[in-house]
Amino acid sequence: MTHLDIELKNLKADMNEMFDLVGSQMAKALKSLRDFDKDLAREVRVNEKRVNAFELKLDRDCENVIALFTPVAIDLRFVLACLKINSNLERIGDIAEGIAQFVLNINNPPDKELLEKTRVLEMFELANAILSDVTRAFDTEDTSISRNVFLKDEQMDEINLAANKAVADFITTHPDKVNQSLYMLSTIRKLERSGDQSKNIAEEIIFYIEAKVLKHKHRSNNSGAAL
Amino acid sequence: MYKLESKNLHLYYGDFHALKGITLGIPKNTVTALIGPSGCGKSTYLRLFNRMNDLIENVRIEGDVLLDGKDIFSKSVVPDELRKKVGMVFQKPNPFPKSIFENVAYGLRVTGVTHKTFIEERVERSLKQAALWEEVKDKLRKSAFELSGGQQQRLCIARALAIEPSVLLMDEPASALDPISTSKIEELIYELKNEYTIVIVTHNMQQAGRVSDHTAFFYLGEMVEHDETRVIFTNPKDTRTQNYITGRFG
Repeated sequence: MTHLDIELKNLKADMNEMFDLVGSQMAKALKSLRDFDKDLAREVRVNEKRVNAFELKLDRDCENVIALFTPVAIDLRFVLACLKINSNLERIGDIAEGIAQFVLNINNPPDKELLEKTRVLEMFELANAILSDVTRAFDTEDTSISRNVFLKDEQMDEINLAANKAVADFITTHPDKVNQSLYMLSTIRKLERSGDQSKNIAEEIIFYIEAKVLKHKHRSNNSGAAL
Repeated sequence: MYKLESKNLHLYYGDFHALKGITLGIPKNTVTALIGPSGCGKSTYLRLFNRMNDLIENVRIEGDVLLDGKDIFSKSVVPDELRKKVGMVFQKPNPFPKSIFENVAYGLRVTGVTHKTFIEERVERSLKQAALWEEVKDKLRKSAFELSGGQQQRLCIARALAIEPSVLLMDEPASALDPISTSKIEELIYELKNEYTIVIVTHNMQQAGRVSDHTAFFYLGEMVEHDETRVIFTNPKDTRTQNYITGRFG
């Protein structure tokens, strides 16, 4: 194994750790929302500092590999992808923290009817499933897993689009729960962005393994198969 | 304590002030790269450590050069003994007109070693350390000149290692080699630092980045900056260093 190979292997191991850390933050954020567990929400908020510190470390590691080893071809694409994925993961970490903060801000458990009508928990499960997919795709370098992500992201988009009406209807019938409803809508928007970040990660994985650029390319409804 | 160290070191070639107050410590089992434009003093500085500058006329040296904390210019130090501890590899492969085996055994023979098995074992070990054994084990009695340039350079490294130095000085060891051979030499340097302290002069910035732990930038006889290679290549403190490593020099 060459010196560069060792550096890239270490970088990948650290990236895997970042994936796991952010995945754990999202899983805890979901549980804190579902169970109205404020202790868990506090834990997510504290751990966000670790995510930020890890992002800086990975940025530095990527910079060092580029500066010291001038990687080319797949090695260069890998480091460039790591830089971008690192940034995507940090933003997902921010989203987990934002949702945990919502749990901390409300005084009563989220309204069950609101949860059901907005399908927020279903959307959360999807967001975490997508993150889990890209985590596996990155670790195993399996682009077919990455491609499956696009379809799931579209399912999240559908829930997001339907959420406006669901929240508006709920507010009409429960005018005393406007505040909570707006928080819920904000959570849905956050989850939608989390899906987009995971989709970007999937694109970066395909970029580094297959040297194909998928960004800004139109995808049909059954996009996974078309790519 | 540093493995190698210079303190306020000045060197003059006649009236020419070639090294101006160089203070530098080189830790054990690390690779230190000396970089800088031609004529900046980096090779002169490298040659101090095995007193090769003694062979040049009108050289005057002030300051201290220490190996394991001991002054290498003290009267009790015999240059030949010093050079057993501080091996050197040059820019151009310079095998002797002898067999592959005899090239590596040479250092042992001139120091009076005659034990056949001992020499054979040491030759094999040195060739293995230099990552050349697998390529030459079936033709040890063939002339060293039959080897490729890259193999000849690894042979020269094996020759230097055979007398078990603790320091290896390398003066642009890969500049005359093709990319594959260069890469083999670089990987070798990375491996060898586990057992040796290595100082390497290189004009190849990427090479300095790839192989070294520390980098010292020389300019007009001064050591402008010395730091971890990672720092020199991402955030050098001196503008001259930045201009040199980014190719904007002059």
